[in-house]
Amino acid sequence: MNIEGLIGASIRYGTPLLFATVGEIITERAGVLNLGLEGLMLMGAFTGFVTAYSTGSLWLAFFLAMVVGALFALIHAFMSITLKVNQVVSGLALTMLGSGLSGILGRAYVGRPAVMFQPVAIPGLADIPVVGPAFFKQDPLVYVGYVLTFFLAWFIFKTKAGLTLRAVGEEPAAADARGINVFWVRYLATLVGGALTAAGGAYLSLAATSMWMENMTAGRGWIAIALVIFAAWDPIKAMLGSYLFGFIMSLQFRLQATGEVHVSANLLLMLPYLVTLISMILFSLSENFRKRIGAPSALGVPYSREEKT
Amino acid sequence: MSSTLLEVRGIVKRFPGVLALNGVNFDLKEGEVHTLLGENGAGKTTLMNIIFGLYKADEGEILFRGKRVHIKSPYHALQLGIGMVQQHFTLVPSFTVTENVSLGTKDPPNKVAARVKEISEEFGLEVDPYAKIWQLSVGERQRVEIIKLLYAGAKVVILDEPTAVLTPQETEALFKAVRKMTAQGTGVIFISHKLNEVMEISDRVTVLRKGTVVGTLKRGEFDKNKLAQMMVGREVVMEIEREKAKPGDLVIKVDDVYAKSDKGHLALNGISFEIRAGEILGIAGVAGNGQRELAEVITGLRKVENGRVEFMGRDITNSSVIERILAGIAYIPQDRKGVALSPNLSVAENLFLRRKEKKIWFNKSVIYEHARRYIDEYKIKTPSPATAVKYLSGGNMQKVVIAREFSLEPRLIIAVHPTRGLDVASMEFVYRSLIKARDEGVAVLLLAGELYEIFNLSDRVGVIYEGKIVGYTTPDPSPENVEKIGLMMAGVAV
Ligand SMILES: Nc1ncnc2c1ncn2[C@@H]1O[C@H](COP(=O)(O)OP(=O)(O)OP(=O)(O)O)[C@@H](O)[C@H]1O
Ligand SMILES: [Mg+2]
Repeated sequence: MNIEGLIGASIRYGTPLLFATVGEIITERAGVLNLGLEGLMLMGAFTGFVTAYSTGSLWLAFFLAMVVGALFALIHAFMSITLKVNQVVSGLALTMLGSGLSGILGRAYVGRPAVMFQPVAIPGLADIPVVGPAFFKQDPLVYVGYVLTFFLAWFIFKTKAGLTLRAVGEEPAAADARGINVFWVRYLATLVGGALTAAGGAYLSLAATSMWMENMTAGRGWIAIALVIFAAWDPIKAMLGSYLFGFIMSLQFRLQATGEVHVSANLLLMLPYLVTLISMILFSLSENFRKRIGAPSALGVPYSREEKT
Repeated sequence: MSSTLLEVRGIVKRFPGVLALNGVNFDLKEGEVHTLLGENGAGKTTLMNIIFGLYKADEGEILFRGKRVHIKSPYHALQLGIGMVQQHFTLVPSFTVTENVSLGTKDPPNKVAARVKEISEEFGLEVDPYAKIWQLSVGERQRVEIIKLLYAGAKVVILDEPTAVLTPQETEALFKAVRKMTAQGTGVIFISHKLNEVMEISDRVTVLRKGTVVGTLKRGEFDKNKLAQMMVGREVVMEIEREKAKPGDLVIKVDDVYAKSDKGHLALNGISFEIRAGEILGIAGVAGNGQRELAEVITGLRKVENGRVEFMGRDITNSSVIERILAGIAYIPQDRKGVALSPNLSVAENLFLRRKEKKIWFNKSVIYEHARRYIDEYKIKTPSPATAVKYLSGGNMQKVVIAREFSLEPRLIIAVHPTRGLDVASMEFVYRSLIKARDEGVAVLLLAGELYEIFNLSDRVGVIYEGKIVGYTTPDPSPENVEKIGLMMAGVAV
């Protein structure tokens, strides 16, 4: 197996994680914790597939998946921002809702092939040795992932709107006192996060494969939640983390496929989670890391005005 | 020329179980400092929160420059020209000063930074525009809050107990800035429990008691005793009579202790002292010279790098916090919301925490009965024992802490700023409580910023400088002694 092939595969495996992770970063930067990523991804994958299957239009499918993701996230936003219910509970409910709903509605579509995104070489860049084939002979959604990551990094850290977003997640009272509508910012961040997460799910049924399977996300939503911490709420680091996990996943499939190494398939399936767990432990052991990690201080805490905290 | 900036009429505000404000009238003229004075829980902060749009009044009206306004939010207030520095700051700790100021404005960062510099020079509010908030001292943070208001062009500036957290020098600087503001026509509403300050800065004083205005006095009409009496409704003794201490057995011995601060440098540099039963040792010093670390080392919250702590003849250098509590060490920390209390638990539960009962479960009625006793004894103002502590006024939170710690029947009390934010009546109460404890044979370590507090309570005075006791003196408020302490506090050997 050549190196560019391996990198290329890692990126493809990593892209759904990347969408979901940066989506959750946006949501959490505003102080909202959404544990419903798995459900959102499944709804995205399902919506994407059904649209592609019935219309043949991949971009429409991708777009509609995001719309459905945003609508689903709206449930979480309403529950956690307006009703102020426990965000963990609301997020878990969303996961169950998403996987259940997509499972039932998708039953009729299992096993039917649809269209899928094909690799497009970027003229010029694709000819660079190694780097070219690895990074620039991919399907269009991978490129969307590149652009999105750098855009979001710039947005969060370099723009006024990004400053507002972070302020809302850090000190909502301070933002409120400056005339920033905390509720509105949190709603928007949750919706955008939901849309991006669903886009990650849609990647699975529109680019990675061209079919729909029940629970086809196979726990990627949970990995993305861990990756947010791993990346310290920074999109660029989220990109590195996602591709790293993509690498581990592709490795796992490759080992399984070649059958050269005789390891239990279950053990291999565990690998990404094991790595998540271990890396989290290692990271939090380092005191320095914990101090710098920069988790939004108001994460998971509903905001209301007429109350001293 | 001094026209009225702001006027409130007949403000009523109810909270579940409390009538916080009962028809309050108040007004502020251009260029004046109007002080709001009142006991803990009198409703000062509530009134200000209504003017700043944080709370909605149940009844009454607000006029700004003669026009009736409905202030819907802090933002709206700020747009009108009303700004407030709250008791608890509203700054984003991970942001720079400039970023905090620019929040919610459309101005480009470099313009904001330049303007911040201008304002800070004009008003003597020194602060680095590019420093991150978490790196700043409390005093500096407060300056940022004020700069934020001035940046927004506030004509009414509300300062809610700004000096509670300041050193005397910082207070002086703040007053200079306040005078510059009033010279430009800005009106300042000032809240403080320190009558000396109130005398120094106020043009008018309005006294609030239990949500009703007792009276408004002009400069020249008020003095300290009169104000105290109006506030409390009776004469207040500001200097407590006390007998000479009768020191007994050695209670605590701190021997050559070294410890690090949160930032990792040595905050205690070989500190040594002893306190005997029935004696109050007051430690004077400029904030940040190891006071907090000293308290934490004795309570077991901070690791000792080197040296020894002995309590009642036992080595407790490495004992756990709970062992020390059980042994009889009580702690009144300076951070009442984070360290001392659990804001979301009820008053009763907070009073019951840290009890050394052996039973595993309790009947609710036991906890409530216990609570009622202390609520009565310490006159804690709370709608009910079941109210969450976070809804109490600042001073009443402190009373909960003090009631609980005293209920432990301690042998040693470590009190850090025990009367910060307390009204004069409560202050008197705390003083009496501490002296009573002393007379019953408790050893007291008093770490306070205010010299008068140290003089009022201590039997001996030690001065801390860079993590070390640099000298001892008597609690004698004569100018010579004050000067001596001042020199020692500045690190000049005497
Ligand atoms: N959000 C709230 N919910 C319920 N009760 C409240 C709330 N805010 C204030 N109160 C109650 O209203 C009364 C007035 O409180 P306020 O904070 O205005 O007092 P204060 O005069 O500022 O006292 P202090 O000097 O201690 O700061 C108190 O009894 C307090 O418990
Ligand atoms: Mg108050």
